[in-house]
Amino acid sequence: MKKGDLLKVYYLMRLARGFESRAAEQYVKGRIGGFCHLYSGEEAVAVGAMWHLRSDDYVIGSYRDHAYYIIRGGDPRKCMAELFGHSDGCSMGKGGSMHMFDSSINFFGGYAIVAGMCPIAVGLGVGVRYRKEDRVVLCFFGDGATNQGVYHEAMNMSALYKLPIVWVCENNFYAIGTSVVRASAQESLAAKARAYNMPVHTVDGMDFFKMQSVAERAIASVRAGGGPEFIEAKCYRYRGHSMSDPGTYRSKEEVDHWKSRDPIPRLKAAIRSDFEIGDEAFDEIDRHVDEVLDEAVRFAEAGRELPPDRLHEDLYPEE
Amino acid sequence: MPKLTYRDAINQALAEEMRRDESIIVFGEDVALYEGSFKVTRGLLAQFGERRVFDTPISEAAIVGMATGAAMAGLRPAAELMTVNFAYLAMDQICNHLALMRYMFGGQVRLPVTIRMPGGGGHQLGSQHSHSLEVHFVHTPGLKVVAPATPVAAKALLKAALRYDGPVIYLEHEGLYNLEGEVPETVEPAVIGQATVMREGRDATIIAYSAMVHVALAAAERLAADGVDAEVVDLATLRPWDKQAVAASVAKTHRAVVVEEAPPVCGIGADVATNLYEMIFDELDGPVQRVSGADVPLPYAKNLEQACIPHADDVIAAVRKMI
Repeated sequence: MKKGDLLKVYYLMRLARGFESRAAEQYVKGRIGGFCHLYSGEEAVAVGAMWHLRSDDYVIGSYRDHAYYIIRGGDPRKCMAELFGHSDGCSMGKGGSMHMFDSSINFFGGYAIVAGMCPIAVGLGVGVRYRKEDRVVLCFFGDGATNQGVYHEAMNMSALYKLPIVWVCENNFYAIGTSVVRASAQESLAAKARAYNMPVHTVDGMDFFKMQSVAERAIASVRAGGGPEFIEAKCYRYRGHSMSDPGTYRSKEEVDHWKSRDPIPRLKAAIRSDFEIGDEAFDEIDRHVDEVLDEAVRFAEAGRELPPDRLHEDLYPEE
Repeated sequence: MPKLTYRDAINQALAEEMRRDESIIVFGEDVALYEGSFKVTRGLLAQFGERRVFDTPISEAAIVGMATGAAMAGLRPAAELMTVNFAYLAMDQICNHLALMRYMFGGQVRLPVTIRMPGGGGHQLGSQHSHSLEVHFVHTPGLKVVAPATPVAAKALLKAALRYDGPVIYLEHEGLYNLEGEVPETVEPAVIGQATVMREGRDATIIAYSAMVHVALAAAERLAADGVDAEVVDLATLRPWDKQAVAASVAKTHRAVVVEEAPPVCGIGADVATNLYEMIFDELDGPVQRVSGADVPLPYAKNLEQACIPHADDVIAAVRKMI
């Protein structure tokens, strides 16, 4: 990969990580209510999975979606404004943390029901195939989703109809406080996916290079009409399931082990060794990230919610 | 005027709209090769091909989710759930996704999805196959819910549903498929939300929908022989139901009976009655009567099942109570 591209990757991962830190700060200050699920630690999965997408491909995912939205090309200001519930948020303040959406960047949401978006991804694939397009649908979900009934239905239908979907399972080993070992009779999520008769790949989701390499091949193969493919990306979330979760079900040793595999320093080290780039280049990117995020918070602070007399708008297409 | 069965009226509406709009696709269990478990989709596969008419596995939740996603991708899916009873398996996708996504995402997405499902009892199909589930959908903001009672209404409402840019729950009734009725050569799409006065009268208003409209009409005919002139209003749309038309009728007759095949608890009858009290309390000579299905799962035994479903006798008794 070229130096410029890798620095872009570094920027995106720092931006995602930084955004989540800012969201945590704002949440503690009471500016953000409800649930707030942070992506910190998993950045290589989202950046790696989306790196080889075209702008006209479709992306859909779970409630841990701030990073999906931003990495897909969404405006961090509109993301923060959405967290604040303001009308200039990407969902006009009506969605909140779990329901980011922006059709202009082909990001189709943010869903709170585990695996609920999987059959919707099937539908996106049906639309693509119907119009004989070569778009790809990328659908993110977690380890917990693989036990939901509708997940099974969606996997089966995607393979049966040979739909252009790349299924990205972010296996961070926990569904809130329940580990994969305690939830899935078949611990290997890849093995479960193989039952649907589609190509299945397992990858280190803490390594951007491996993630983008596996995703690149899967995306190309799906785009060429080979039917859906499944990627199990083993990764780790550094924070709790949500801001309300102290994460006491994970040992300090385990968390520390995964922190030592932080995808961002790993990427930085790889770039430095391949391209002999000094600290200034990275510091400049870090400063730029801070500027963007400062601006996002300022933008969110300056906005306001929709007034209650607009409560009934957009319930029906005629209103 | 030509006559069509309710089944064929639905079939024709699908075919005509599919010829008119290439973005309409039809899918569900056994709708293509088998031509539909009730033969409603007969001939569609032959006419439009597998690309537009296809079978799904038994996966109700994913059928609805697939419709939602296909709509987001720009199509107009007309999904079928084999019966309304199986909608329970898809309730999360219908009520917790399809119904609310446009609102939740700030109006960024348009979901022109029609979900057809037949319901109702009376054929000894047992408790799990005999539900009337309209109330669950009517209770859900974001959905439109229609329930045609006649062949012409079935055709007009389905055309309207397929042209509408949001989700529509289209409730057929299994007992009406063979019902014949006059259907003009050209049928315009109905206005969703508009009730139909099926029979004019002065002494009482009988409000009904779906199969119960025919029970109401039968009751009205027998009442007429006894000098009681009942007006019959077919709601046709259940969400939003036509409050103005119903209130205008009851303001005229001063007596209202609601007939519903479903059990009464928190039902359409309860909602109609409450709205009438709120809107035209002073015009009512007495409480709104509800003739509802029995508050039990429908049993198999023929006599017991028939005791669960409103008949003309029950409606006549309710009208007489008010006179």
